[in-house]
Amino acid sequence: MYPSMSCWTRRGLLLALALGLALLVPMALSLGAAEKTRRSVGNGHGTGVTLRPDDSHGDGHGVNKTKKIFPVLTFDFAHVKIPFEISLWVLLASLMKLGFHLIPRLSSIVPESCLLIVVGLLVGGLMKLVGAAPPELQSDVFFLYLLPPIILDAGYFLPIRPFSENLGTILMFAVVGTLWNSFFIGGLLYAVCQIEGTDLKSIGLLPCFLFGSVISAVDPVAVLAVFEEIHINELLHILVFGESLLNDAVTVVLYHLFEEYSGLGMVTFLDVFLGVICFLVVSLGGVLVGAFYGLLAAFTSRFASHTRVIEPLFVFVYSYMSYLSAEVFHLSGIMALIACGAVMRPYVEANISHKSHTTTKYFLKMWSSVSETLIFIFLGVSTVAGLHSWNWTFVTVTIILCLVARVLGVMGLTFVINKFRIVKLTNKDQFIIAYGGLRGAIAFSLGYLLHPEEFPMRNMFLTTIITVVFFTVFVQGMTIRPLVDLLAVKKKQETKRSINEEIHTQFLDHLLTGIEDICGHYGHHHWKDKLNRFNKKYVKKCLIAGERSKEPQLIAFYHKMEMKQAIELVESGGGVKLPSAVPSTVSMQNIQPKKSNSERALPQISKSREEEIRKILRSNLQKTRQRLRSYNRHTLVGEPDEDGWNDLLLKRQKIMDMDKQISRMSNYLTVPAPPPESPTLSRSRLASDPQHYVPKPTLGNVPIIKVDLASPQSPEYVSVVDEFQKEAVPLKEEDEDAGGLTMKVPLGDPKKEEQEQQDGGKEQQRLMRCLSDPGPGGAEEEDEPFLP
Amino acid sequence: QTYLFQYTFAVTPAHIKRLYKRFQALDKGNKGYLSPQDFGSVKELATNPIGDRIIGAFFSQGQETVDFHSFVRILAHFRPLDKNRAKRPDSPEPINSRISKLRFAFQLYDQDNDGKISRDELLQVLRTMLEMQVTEEQLESIADRTIQEADLDGDNAISFDEFRKSLEKVNIEHKMSSRFLH
Repeated sequence: MYPSMSCWTRRGLLLALALGLALLVPMALSLGAAEKTRRSVGNGHGTGVTLRPDDSHGDGHGVNKTKKIFPVLTFDFAHVKIPFEISLWVLLASLMKLGFHLIPRLSSIVPESCLLIVVGLLVGGLMKLVGAAPPELQSDVFFLYLLPPIILDAGYFLPIRPFSENLGTILMFAVVGTLWNSFFIGGLLYAVCQIEGTDLKSIGLLPCFLFGSVISAVDPVAVLAVFEEIHINELLHILVFGESLLNDAVTVVLYHLFEEYSGLGMVTFLDVFLGVICFLVVSLGGVLVGAFYGLLAAFTSRFASHTRVIEPLFVFVYSYMSYLSAEVFHLSGIMALIACGAVMRPYVEANISHKSHTTTKYFLKMWSSVSETLIFIFLGVSTVAGLHSWNWTFVTVTIILCLVARVLGVMGLTFVINKFRIVKLTNKDQFIIAYGGLRGAIAFSLGYLLHPEEFPMRNMFLTTIITVVFFTVFVQGMTIRPLVDLLAVKKKQETKRSINEEIHTQFLDHLLTGIEDICGHYGHHHWKDKLNRFNKKYVKKCLIAGERSKEPQLIAFYHKMEMKQAIELVESGGGVKLPSAVPSTVSMQNIQPKKSNSERALPQISKSREEEIRKILRSNLQKTRQRLRSYNRHTLVGEPDEDGWNDLLLKRQKIMDMDKQISRMSNYLTVPAPPPESPTLSRSRLASDPQHYVPKPTLGNVPIIKVDLASPQSPEYVSVVDEFQKEAVPLKEEDEDAGGLTMKVPLGDPKKEEQEQQDGGKEQQRLMRCLSDPGPGGAEEEDEPFLP
Repeated sequence: QTYLFQYTFAVTPAHIKRLYKRFQALDKGNKGYLSPQDFGSVKELATNPIGDRIIGAFFSQGQETVDFHSFVRILAHFRPLDKNRAKRPDSPEPINSRISKLRFAFQLYDQDNDGKISRDELLQVLRTMLEMQVTEEQLESIADRTIQEADLDGDNAISFDEFRKSLEKVNIEHKMSSRFLH
């Protein structure tokens, strides 16, 4: 049905939808109005369609007033004003994002952030023309609602390995670099302000330092927005990004310090000393708060197996709570969020279902994307909305000083850092780090927080901050991409981490730990090893539900990889292909010390029977291939999924095309293509949740890729292969159709045959079920039984 | 003798002093050489899954003792690579170059020294690393998968070149360097 839908019917559908919406909205409005007016008069019969607003609105609820016509349709905007406006802004932001990618070449030249600021400027300008007051970016809206999603997204998906390996460097840049920047800019600005000719004499030293601290912080939002598009290599990305995250603590302390004492005009050594203590408290406190909430979230997720639907909620709420709790004590909320996300992630991911994981990922990305868009748009609007006081000297000097300070700071710090690094930072790296120091909305919001009474030059500060932000985002943001290409900076490698890499890296970890032990050196590897052991022994047991707590990391990785590959195979249309390692039982059940039989979804077969079956299957491998073609799949089918019909039919088309390709490549373990008239199998194959046939939720979301139909020692054993393998593994059978087989239908006793067919079929179906991608659209299968 | 070390292994005199001190600390009984028992006294090696392989790497073919020269030679593999040093065209491959490090790691896998990591050798490594938390079948499937991924010439074993290729994305210079010899 779906493939044959013509564009006319599609347009018709859209039109119907639009009409429906158009009718619904006024209806909703009038319903709201009707409820509000609470006319208890019994006139429920309207006498025709009237659009007349009810002018006896405020008449009170008195009885026997003049009977007026019942308002069928009214207009009452006031009480939905705020949510309506918010939704309009969000909608605007999303539509803009859509729009940019429709214009083909624009997004490759201009980074999105620039475009969004321009849009904000336009919208602000429009609003001013119309006469409405454009909203300014309020600081608490920014700090409480717009910033956390972005930081949480960054923290949750922070790549821990490169981050921890480069932690020293990152901290140096974040702490020392920001301090250097603030004082350099602040001090020199003060010197410039004292020069005759400019009318900036009134700005004291401390306000200058305050300004310096506000403007020198590298902004994570801007860095993310720009760096995401240039796909730079992992090291540089984590350096700049990590710096932008960790300098929050420094900024907070400096800001509060200078703000407190600006009025008094002087800072004593005691204050400085307390400031240092405060810095330690702020940063470590933030991290501790975050870690605490992270552990709580991990612990909660352990018990969430019965309410899978709200699992993502725990991730979000606990993280937000950690941010808010840190903000209560003026600790660094950003560091709390990062710590929370990074701490909870490994445990939560082991506990929650596959779908919840996908949900979490998509929600985080969605929220952070919308937030980022809104922030940039509002920056543009605030520029138009705000009161400005432009001072040429101040602005130009600030911009120049920012650049100079950044370059000097990076160069100086790298010189020191390279003495301690194993892999040194080259000049190219230094340039990118210096050039990637973008300022953004955090600086603006911090400036906005200043009280106008204490800081009469607040408007000038704000103007300057906005100019600097625009400069960095537009000039540096736009030019960084061609510069990266020009300098031939290493780009991000599309790493598909292979199992080889995983095994060998673990091996090397052990090796280095051993070597360090022999040297008697308590180095990086030693502590990492100790942490891993501690984690494995105590923490995982508490925080991960059920048997997965004992699962070694390699196995988890292997399973994840297999599942991913299986899903890819299904998605690409080769629906019946099986993942590698077919002949052996790669199932979670085998990890458990005792096999609880109640967890098997299949009917019980006794051990001897199993052996018998295996023998028969093995011996009949050759003959079964032909038989299989006529194998009737209809008997296997479970609950068909009606909703997934259309997708599946499309996929089936693809499958059939792919199967022609498959028959050429003989290094798959495939089941031959289904006959064209068995849509039911396609449906069942692609429309199920791998979780389902594991009744006990503690087995989690790992699919039981149990295809144990031939023991590995059998002569028909064909090792399974990666789809992307170039060479075919030599096969025993010369069959151009499929290299090896899983469905071995034996010829023997017809009754047994039937049974094996069923079992084999069930095996295959189970396999195929577990290969399907649940995806975001598969929600309706959540409660469906696996087998009829 | 230090000059020889410096030239061959590119270790500085400070390194040599440190290594010699450690050598003496490990050498119980002041024999002037190390035996396997001396290595066994390092507690953490006992809990290391590949501890015995590492110890075995110090003892070259058939030898029962490790003198200081060999001790330094093995450990020199783990010196961070100095990329900026000008490469003289006639100088041999430095011992801490990427290739050399990889070769060392390869030899730890390849216990029978036939130039290939066979399936059994791989299984052995996996078994010790995963410490009996998984079944034999799972190990075998992982081993098979690993070999299939890396094996380019179809001999069902991983040669040194294939090993090197499979690790081309990993930053070996960083991963196989110890700050002790920095």
